[in-house]
Amino acid sequence: MDEKVTREIFPRDSRKSYGLVELMKKTAPIVKKEPEDTVYVWPNLLMIEIICAILVTVGLMVLIQFEHAPLRSLADPSTTPNPMRAPWYFLGLQELLVYFDPWYAGVVLPGMIIAGLMLFPYLDVNPKGVGYYTYSERKFAVFNYSFGFAIWWITIVIGTYLRGLDWQWYWPWSNHLEHMNPALVTLIPLHLIFVNWFHVSEGVGKLFGDIIFIGYFALGTIIPMIIWKPMYKAMGLWRYLTFSFFFLSMMGVALKIVLRLLFNIKYVLVTPWINI
Amino acid sequence: MLQKIKNEIVESQIFKSVFRHGYPDNDLDRAYAIFSSVFLHIHPVKVRRSALRMRYTFCLGGITLFLFIILSVTGIWLMFYYTPYTGLAYRNIKDLQFVIFGGNLMRDLHRFAAHGMVLFVWLHMTRVFLTGAYKAPREFNWIVGVVLLVNTLVLSWTGYLLPWDQLAYWAVTVGAKMASYTPLIGQNGPWGPQLGFLPTNDIMFMLLGGTVVGQNALIRFYVLHCVVLPLVVTVFLAVHFWRIRKDGFSGPL
Repeated sequence: MDEKVTREIFPRDSRKSYGLVELMKKTAPIVKKEPEDTVYVWPNLLMIEIICAILVTVGLMVLIQFEHAPLRSLADPSTTPNPMRAPWYFLGLQELLVYFDPWYAGVVLPGMIIAGLMLFPYLDVNPKGVGYYTYSERKFAVFNYSFGFAIWWITIVIGTYLRGLDWQWYWPWSNHLEHMNPALVTLIPLHLIFVNWFHVSEGVGKLFGDIIFIGYFALGTIIPMIIWKPMYKAMGLWRYLTFSFFFLSMMGVALKIVLRLLFNIKYVLVTPWINI
Repeated sequence: MLQKIKNEIVESQIFKSVFRHGYPDNDLDRAYAIFSSVFLHIHPVKVRRSALRMRYTFCLGGITLFLFIILSVTGIWLMFYYTPYTGLAYRNIKDLQFVIFGGNLMRDLHRFAAHGMVLFVWLHMTRVFLTGAYKAPREFNWIVGVVLLVNTLVLSWTGYLLPWDQLAYWAVTVGAKMASYTPLIGQNGPWGPQLGFLPTNDIMFMLLGGTVVGQNALIRFYVLHCVVLPLVVTVFLAVHFWRIRKDGFSGPL
């Protein structure tokens, strides 16, 4: 369109205000709202953003007066520090190495956390609770998120404060310079317990372990399907199975931590290829 | 007199070619100020009054973005003094600590802004979760957010190696060792050796460019940390903000 013509029809005038009006088939968020409901971004929102930026800058400046970026001695491949700690945000995963083999704790589980987080919007079918803080309207969703991150943060705290030489458990009052006797804790795979208790062969013991492992996932999936039928109906089969898999895996991590810390159990599922 | 000088400047062809609008003290110019600026136009011209409520967003996403900007600025500054060579990297950091003016300030800012970014990404995600802002029609933006979270963590981890001290070397050694346990494609992972993966051709070898953390690993992490990952984050940030505008802000109506 020729600009000259546009200018003549709509001369710019700072005393007038302009609005764009569009006809839509659907209902849009702004439809039926009073004009007073909105304010100009300049200066209302920009001012908040600038204040936030200043506060963050001041906070950082104050912080670095007390704490400095660490720098240890030059990298030396022949001297391994003990204990070797990952950066704090990965300490949770490092702590999980105590409870699971590296292929699970270090690779598969992080992958499942990422996948589970990404899938969450598609698994949460509850339409309530958008745009405001609520616990009562979506208790189960909030429980899931909180539980996952409780494990994440608790393992970080354990890794930071309760682990010492050889990644053994050290209380704050323990002697952190003395090595603990690793023979004090003997880890045993679950199937050997069955072998001892029921005097069965190792193969049968392993079978018990497999049954417990598969049974946990099978019953954990089927029982809620029957008890909470409305929830299952609302989710549909595939959504429910996906959610159930991630939910039971998350709970499994917590269960395994308890089994390992209280009963020294190393593996539940034992196969020639993988152990969990 | 001052008014006259001001008018001379504001009415000049140069000034008018840069700023297409007057000072934003009226509604028309306020609108122009936002949508004629490449930096400000990620905002809408107007927002709902309720969207300004601090107790809804706590500014967490904005703070994360601001920390990313601080990290970019201090990071580029640090690049002027850093050589990704195992024989020099550690000495460069020592120089930053003891010789270069402002070296400590920039390094400390970079380090703690990085910690802060990890923390605030998580806080922002928690806020989004608790307000149900990930629900339809915003599911995809949540995925973009998770990608940004993962990128933030990987950025932190790749940056961890660069000082080439004991902390850096062993944290990355332990982390890279994890990669060798990857099922199917790691030398120590389930079914890895059966599929022919050895220390010289598995995923850990690809990550480090060798069997141990050395010069090749340092240059890889350097390029990832300074070029590849910041670019990836920037692209996903653009999508993230674009989708907020397109899908609408979740806040109270």
